[in-house]
Amino acid sequence: MAQVLVVTSGKGGVGKTTSTAALGAALAQTGQTVVVVDFDVGLRNLDLVMGAERRVVFDLVNVIQGQAKLQQALIRDKRLDTLWLLPASQTRDKDALTANGVARVIAELKEKFDWVICDSPAGIERGATLAMRHADTAVIVTNPEVSSVRDSDRIIGLLDSKTEKAEKGERIDKHLLISRYDAGRAARGEMLSLDDVLEILSIPLIGVVPESEDVLRASNVGSPVTLCSPASGAARAYSDAVRRLKGENIPMTIPSDKKRFMEKLFGRRAA
Amino acid sequence: MTLFGWIKPRGSAPVARDRLKILLAHERSSMRGQPDLLALLREEIMTAIGKHVSVLPEKVQVRVDRGEAVSTLAIDIEIPFAGAQA
Repeated sequence: MAQVLVVTSGKGGVGKTTSTAALGAALAQTGQTVVVVDFDVGLRNLDLVMGAERRVVFDLVNVIQGQAKLQQALIRDKRLDTLWLLPASQTRDKDALTANGVARVIAELKEKFDWVICDSPAGIERGATLAMRHADTAVIVTNPEVSSVRDSDRIIGLLDSKTEKAEKGERIDKHLLISRYDAGRAARGEMLSLDDVLEILSIPLIGVVPESEDVLRASNVGSPVTLCSPASGAARAYSDAVRRLKGENIPMTIPSDKKRFMEKLFGRRAA
Repeated sequence: MTLFGWIKPRGSAPVARDRLKILLAHERSSMRGQPDLLALLREEIMTAIGKHVSVLPEKVQVRVDRGEAVSTLAIDIEIPFAGAQA
């Protein structure tokens, strides 16, 4: 049975699209078929982060409005043949998404793929609520920072009330993914710690992605960080998160980038 | 500032955590359409205390810490010296 996963956060810029690409690629690497769906109509970026921006012909809105078949809009990843992308439209706005249209597309995707990963737009408007509507599981991406935590709390409330599962009286599986974490700053009391965020949001933790230069490099070259720099701390955090999503019980760690001796000595900027 | 406070300055994270806890306690109750539990408690506690001593509304702090098994309610009331004698 296909799993529908929504990657959401409320606040923008916390790493939803980066996380969608990284989790999608890591899942596809385990041999399961995965489609990542961009719900950010009008501000699509998943295509760019995945390095498929020049291959977009049709998009989600075209499929919903019957101008293209699903097969025509799906783009197969060039590196992993189990990974596919359904891009959003860049020229429309979020009102182009209809509840029935989204339901139909998700149902069709569930027949073809093992995992349907919905990359939610920021905010709590139509695009975000439709992205989470059919989800079985949610990954809430949160930065250890007050506005991100507050918005995540709001999104958790929506997941528990506005999703199909919630309306049927079932519970949606919610997982917290903390990104841009700096263990050193948290230890010095300069940044909210894991325990602080977990205590406030009280949902289970699926992974901690450290602040990492590799994440920017991956988006620069249009490759999910799990494919671009698989040994980096960020990639290992995403790969571990995927194993936990698949039900494995592995101890929680905060993977760090292995710095070279000179970098350790002088710091990255000087090196 | 203590000597140790000077050597090892305390970060701003505890402030962030406490501000978030108070804010989210308010927002959660108002989102669910329930009366604001904290505001209600605050008002009733003020009334009860006010019968015996005079307190300033801004000197009453009510906060709830949500835990997995139990939540704790902390009430901090500053009673002015003159008020305490009255």
